[in-house]
Amino acid sequence: MANMFFTIALFLVLLSTSGFIVYIIKQQKKIFLLSFMTLSACFIFHTLFLVNQYYTLGVAPVISLKSSLSFFAWCITGAYLCFHVRFRLMVLGSFVTPIAAALMIISSTIQGLEPTVNPILKTPWFTAHVVTIFIGNGIFAISFTAAVMYLIQEGQIKRKTLGSFYKRLPSLETLDSINHHSIMYGFPFLTIGIIAGAIYAQNALGSYWRWDPKEVWTLITWLAYAMLLHERLAVGWRGRRAALMSILCFLILIFTFLGGSIWLSDYHSFRNLGLGAGL
Amino acid sequence: MTVIIDIGMNHMSAPVELRECFANDAGKMGIALGYMRESELIKEGLFISTCNRVEALFTTDYPEEARKTVISMFSTMGGVSEDSFISNLYIFEDMEAVSHIFRVASSLDSMVLGEPQILGQIKDAYHRASATEKTTGVILNRLMHRAFHAAKRVKTETGISESAVSVSYAAVELAKKIFYGLEGKQVLLIGAGEMAELAARHLIGQGVESLFVANRSFDKAMQVADLFHGKAILFEEIGHYLIGTDIVITSTGSKEYIITHDLVRKSLRERRNRPLFFIDIAVPRDVEPSVNNLENIYVYDIDDLMTIVEENSAQRKDEAIKAERIIQEESIRFEKWLKTLEVVPTIVALKERTEALRKAEMERSLSVLGQLTESQLQAVEALTVSLADKIINDPILILKSKAGRAGRDIFLDVARRLFNLDMENQKRS
Repeated sequence: MANMFFTIALFLVLLSTSGFIVYIIKQQKKIFLLSFMTLSACFIFHTLFLVNQYYTLGVAPVISLKSSLSFFAWCITGAYLCFHVRFRLMVLGSFVTPIAAALMIISSTIQGLEPTVNPILKTPWFTAHVVTIFIGNGIFAISFTAAVMYLIQEGQIKRKTLGSFYKRLPSLETLDSINHHSIMYGFPFLTIGIIAGAIYAQNALGSYWRWDPKEVWTLITWLAYAMLLHERLAVGWRGRRAALMSILCFLILIFTFLGGSIWLSDYHSFRNLGLGAGL
Repeated sequence: MTVIIDIGMNHMSAPVELRECFANDAGKMGIALGYMRESELIKEGLFISTCNRVEALFTTDYPEEARKTVISMFSTMGGVSEDSFISNLYIFEDMEAVSHIFRVASSLDSMVLGEPQILGQIKDAYHRASATEKTTGVILNRLMHRAFHAAKRVKTETGISESAVSVSYAAVELAKKIFYGLEGKQVLLIGAGEMAELAARHLIGQGVESLFVANRSFDKAMQVADLFHGKAILFEEIGHYLIGTDIVITSTGSKEYIITHDLVRKSLRERRNRPLFFIDIAVPRDVEPSVNNLENIYVYDIDDLMTIVEENSAQRKDEAIKAERIIQEESIRFEKWLKTLEVVPTIVALKERTEALRKAEMERSLSVLGQLTESQLQAVEALTVSLADKIINDPILILKSKAGRAGRDIFLDVARRLFNLDMENQKRS
């Protein structure tokens, strides 16, 4: 049953992505509406899948690379749907859905069943920790997308070569505003996620902070976003510089996510999470 | 045979001095429509008059005479002699008139290809003719609705009205790609000039909130500021006002740069890096080119804007070819409909003739049949109606199918004779 939900969600996200790509070329509102509805349906099936997983595992389904990628995709889709309500920027979907689709495809190709869950993970603090962090990640993915769109549009206007994207992308002010808001909304989630993680670590392992490589990189990510937010709010950074910085921040975030979970980490790695050995 | 005729002049056929004489004013339109309604020669009429064109569109059974009256109407209306403008007129008949009016409505005949106002102007003219003056009928009503349909197709199926084709409009489009909306933005106009003022006017039309005007002569600045309900400032204050400004339009005759790299750089921090858009229409330029290298500052000079306009114009020409195809399709469709119209009178006559015969026969028979009950009477009525309908059903279908064909007139003639629709043999029988 759960697998069926996932397959349907995967199918729908691919359908919606192709729709959004056709939309950016053809610029017809009908195509956007169809793609958007498909994506909403995808989000519903994906949610059903996750709820099912949660009840089967007894813990947030974010304990292997396969499941985290799928959860990441869910967060990005959710963040996009929320941002659409606020900004009504149709073309954003054409940039966001390919990311979500790519994550879903990678997730679906990773073999293996969900590992047995270490009982130590079955606490609300663990779930709170991963869920808030990933929601933050999803929102930051939107800021990354908006930053890329900003750089494309700004480059065209600055160099005075108004190509085919010029008409299709919105104004610089809109993109900058999306970038700004997504960092402002994403940052509290990241912060709460880190705090929840620390509390969980105290309860489960007896210390708030252990200087595990992933913790260190998470701190670096947090500091990078904190700096960007500070520069934006206090110094008045905006536009190109803010866009470049938010792309850099997101790359650090991705490195932390992948590097910390696969190569570097000690107890944050999926291998250890799964078997519970490192704990 | 009813003919559709269009007589008119546009920006290409006539100079502005001549077009002015028939210029867009509601009174003249009323006179023209009244004249066409009164004329015995003209069946339906429509009069279009904008600053770039005058068109009289009408249907008539006497093309030669009607043409002459319309030309003399032009002459009295404009207060000019016929000789002075007759060579500037174009006259289209039938399908040529149809596709001409389709092209006009779709803005393919406009000075600025694809400009959106013309459709609205034609709709107004049609509304005036059809609703107020009641000078249009079956043919023109249908023709105009098809023209609006063709215009809509051209607008949605081609990119003809998508891109800016004037410098000031291109500047406004750019401003809209830098700022989310122009509501509440502040504009600084440095220097004066027609193009700069046009750009300012466009920006105000888009909701720009406040406008400041700087000029070497404060007097002149005051004048221009009054024009736009703005505020005049001294030339020396430009640096200060740059801080709150979002869009700057420059068009002075100055030989040196008015806006230097240093001047803008100094304002950056106080502006908190808000984007600033310079539209430099002046030649030689007023804004130092290196200002464009500053972060969040965009400078477009007249050449940059002209390049955009030229690219857009070229694009529009490509789209115009697509649009011409749509016009042809729609003209052919209209022509088909028009041809069905020509068999209509015969079909109507056929129906009337059979109905008259049926009624006469019914009356005669009823007296013979004696007392009938209500239901019997209805049955007889229904019987005769369906009998008559069945008999003429096939002939009508054949006539309709011949509507647009070559042998149509033969069929019409035969039908008229066979069913004696013209009542020629009345006496003989």
